Amino acid sequence: MLLAAGIAGLVVAMTMMIWRAIVGPSQYDRMLAANSFGTKIVLLIAVIGYLSGRPAFLDIAIVYALINFVTTIAFMKFFRYRTLSRSLGPEARNG
Amino acid sequence: MVDALHLIGGGLVVAGTLLTLLGGVGVLRFPDVYTRIHAASLTDTGGATLVLLGLALISGLTLETLKLGFVWMFVMLTTPAAANALANAAFSAGHTPRIGAFQITKGVAAGEAGPDTPRRETSDGNKSAAP
Repeated sequence: MLLAAGIAGLVVAMTMMIWRAIVGPSQYDRMLAANSFGTKIVLLIAVIGYLSGRPAFLDIAIVYALINFVTTIAFMKFFRYRTLSRSLGPEARNG
Repeated sequence: MVDALHLIGGGLVVAGTLLTLLGGVGVLRFPDVYTRIHAASLTDTGGATLVLLGLALISGLTLETLKLGFVWMFVMLTTPAAANALANAAFSAGHTPRIGAFQITKGVAAGEAGPDTPRRETSDGNKSAAP
């Protein structure tokens, strides 16, 4: 019962994040909303796994957390350099 | 005993969800990119901590608790790093923070106007000009 209430609250928060991603004035607002949406999806997967009695969903949650971080960093790199085929080291300043 | 742990765990899950909802309201209503990053990052880490702690109390001392610990570790590592990357990218792209009277200008950013600047203005400017 409490877990179902938690799922309902998480879904409402994810709806708020979707709304910010739609109306966000800048691309950073949209990317922030997508990142926060991903974190809430991790929590939602974990809670759904416990509610349905299958805690093996936590593996999916681990993978989703890592993918979420890599996606955000890749989008930030693309917003800054407009390409992904570029190293982020000190030699990137010359090229 | 087990029922009490389940009840406490469910309460922690609901508390984390309420914190996440608070962050959603902050992201919807705050006026700036940086304040939105602030709201989303803090409530994501706090809400994830509460929800995963509640689920760990529900599951007891099993392998799932270790997995929950891994999820918590990844969330606590990646969410502040992603927020830092977002704020860094937004600032280097030219977004200036909206901070009211202390709007960033060239002098303040370069450190020319330190914390003693308002005191100097009130000491020699206002007292002599006051009627």
